[in-house]
Amino acid sequence: MSVVDQEINRVSLVKDNLDFQQLTDLVAKPSETKTPKWWFIALAVSLSGILLLKSMLAYLFWEGVGIWGLNNPVGWGYAIVNFVFWVGIGHAGTLISAILFLFRQDWRTGINRFAEAMTIFAVICALIFPGVHIGRQWLAYWLFPLPNSMAMWPNFRSPLLWDVFAVSTYFTVSLLFWYVGLIPDLATFRDRAKTALKSKIYGIFALGWRGANRHWQHYEKAYLLLAALATPLVLSVHSIVSFDFAVSQLPGWHTTIFPPYFVAGAVFSGFAMVVTLMVLTRELFGMKQVMTLHHLECMNKIILVTGMMVGYAYGMEFFMAWYSVYEYESFAFINRATGPYAWAYWIMVSCNVISPQLFWFKKCRTSIPIMFVVSIFVNIGMWFERFVITVTSLHRDFLPSSWDYYSPTWVDVATFVGSFGLFFTLFLLFLKFLPIVAIAEVKMILPQANPHHGDNHEH
Amino acid sequence: MSINLKNKDVNLKSEVFGVLAEFESPSALIKAAEKVRDQGYQYFDVFSPFPIHGMDDAMGLKPSKLPWIVFLGGAFGLSFGFGLQTWVSTTAYKLVISGKPLFSYQAFIPVTFELMVLFSAFATVFGMFALNRLPQHYHPLFTVDSFSKVTSHGFFLMIESHSDNFECSEVQRELKSYGAHNIEIVKDCL
Repeated sequence: MSVVDQEINRVSLVKDNLDFQQLTDLVAKPSETKTPKWWFIALAVSLSGILLLKSMLAYLFWEGVGIWGLNNPVGWGYAIVNFVFWVGIGHAGTLISAILFLFRQDWRTGINRFAEAMTIFAVICALIFPGVHIGRQWLAYWLFPLPNSMAMWPNFRSPLLWDVFAVSTYFTVSLLFWYVGLIPDLATFRDRAKTALKSKIYGIFALGWRGANRHWQHYEKAYLLLAALATPLVLSVHSIVSFDFAVSQLPGWHTTIFPPYFVAGAVFSGFAMVVTLMVLTRELFGMKQVMTLHHLECMNKIILVTGMMVGYAYGMEFFMAWYSVYEYESFAFINRATGPYAWAYWIMVSCNVISPQLFWFKKCRTSIPIMFVVSIFVNIGMWFERFVITVTSLHRDFLPSSWDYYSPTWVDVATFVGSFGLFFTLFLLFLKFLPIVAIAEVKMILPQANPHHGDNHEH
Repeated sequence: MSINLKNKDVNLKSEVFGVLAEFESPSALIKAAEKVRDQGYQYFDVFSPFPIHGMDDAMGLKPSKLPWIVFLGGAFGLSFGFGLQTWVSTTAYKLVISGKPLFSYQAFIPVTFELMVLFSAFATVFGMFALNRLPQHYHPLFTVDSFSKVTSHGFFLMIESHSDNFECSEVQRELKSYGAHNIEIVKDCL
C-alpha cells in the first residue's frame, strides 16, 4: 500500500471483498432468477399510468389544448413545467457518468448505469410535453430544419428552437453513452444466458464483444471522449432550457442568473430522484454490496451543495429585483412570495432550501428513511420551482385588467401522473432485463483488478 | 507483400486460428503479454472482463487513432451547423426578427455547439465500432467453451496462427512457461 492510501484510508466501494465472479453473479441475479411478485404489481400499476397518458394525449389530439387549464395571461402551464421537471431529473445520469468520470470519482461506477438509465427515461418523458403542446400535432416536423414544399425554414434565432436541438442532442448522446457502457455487460449476459433466445437477443446487442484488449483500447478512449463531450453538453442543455425563459422580456424570467441556477437545480432534482430510486432498488434487488451507504452519502452531499446553490439563486433573484430599482421586477418577486401563489412559493422554499439542510449531519446523510423522505421532498420542491417560475411570472402581467389565476384541469394532472407511468414502466423493464450495475467498470475498481495486486505489499 | 501471401498459405493449409491460453489473474496476464510482445508475435491479443491498466504498453500497442476521427466529426458538425443556419437565415428564408440583422451569428452559437457535440458523439461511437470491427457476431473464439467466462472472470491470451514464426507446439510450450494453466487450440470453422 502506498503512503497516500494509508493516509487517506479510502472507503472500500464494494463490500464483502467480492471477487470477479461473485460480482457478475450478483448483478446478473435479478435477470436470471424468478421475477418477484412486487415487480409484476408495480409493472401493472405503471402500465395503467401509460394507458392514462395515452388516453389523455388522444383526448388532447382530438380536442386541442383548450382542455388544459391555460388562460389568457398564463399561456404556459403544465406542459412546460413538466418538461423542465423531467429534463432536470435527466441531468443526474450524465453528470454522474461524465463529470464524475473526468474527476476520477471511483464511487460513480456502482451507480452510473442506473442513473444513466434514469436519465434516458426521464428525457423520454420530457420530450412528450413540448411534442404535444404545439396544438397542431401534424405540423410537429416544423420544429426541425427539414426541406419542405413550402420552402420554409425554422427561425434559428429563437431559444425555443435552440431547445429542440439541445434536448434532442442530449437524448441522442446520453443514449449512445449508455449503450457504449452496456456493450461489455450485455456480452456478460450473453455468455451466461441459459436459453438460446436470451443468448441470441443479448448477443445481437453485444455486437460480438469478446473483451479483447485491442478493443478495450479504443473502447476506453471512446468512453473518455464521450465523457468529455457530454460534460459541456449537460451544462449546455439546462442553460438552453433556461433561455426559453431568460431571453424573453418578462419580469421574473428575464434574468442572467438563470443558466447556472437552472443547471444547479437540474443536478439537485436529478440526484434526488436517483436517491429515491436507489434506496428502493438496492433493498428490493439485494444490491447493497455494490450500491453502498457510502454511495448514498456522497449523493446526499451533492444534494446539499446543489440545494444551497438553488437557495442562493432564490435569494439573489430578490436582491437583483430590489437592486435593479425596476418596479415591475420588484413587483414580480414580491408577488411571487406574497401573492396568490405564495403557497407554491413556500412549498418550493421549504422543500428545496430547508429540507436538504438535514444533510449537514452525518446521521441524517446516512439514514435511509431520512434521505428517502428528503429526496421525495426535493422532487416535489423542484416541480414547484418550475411551476412558480412559469406561472407566477405570467399570471399578473403589465396590465392589471388581464390578471388571472391559473389552475390546472384534471387533464393536466392526469397527463402528468401518466408520464410517471411511462417512466416507471421503462425503469422496471430496465431493472429486470439489463445489468443495473456497470459490471466491467466496478471490476476495474476492485483491488484484484490492479495488475500489481499481490506483487509486493511493502513498496 | 510476401508475408501476406505466406500467411494466407498458412491459413489454407491448417484450420488452426490460434493458440488460446488462460491465466490466473490480471497480473499474470500482463506479464505474459510482455513476454509475447518481446517474442515478436505481431498478431496476438489478450482478453479480459475489464480493461487492465498498463496492458496497452505491455502489448506494445500504438495509441488509438480515435481522437482524430472525433476531431473530424466535430469539425464537420461545427461547420455544418453554422453553415446551415447562415444559409437559412441569410439566403433561403429571410426573416427579420425584432429588427436584428439576418446574419446574427451570436444567436447561432447554441445550435452550432449542439451539432458539433452531436456529430462528435456519432464519430466517437461509430469510429470506435469501425476501429474494433464491430459488430462481429462470429469469431472463432466463440467456439471455445471455456472462453465464455472471459466476460465474467476469465483472463486469456491468444497468439494467432498468421503471426511470423508461428509454430503450434512451440507456441504452446512457450505459453505454458509463462504460467498459463489451460491451453487450447482454436479452430476456425468457417
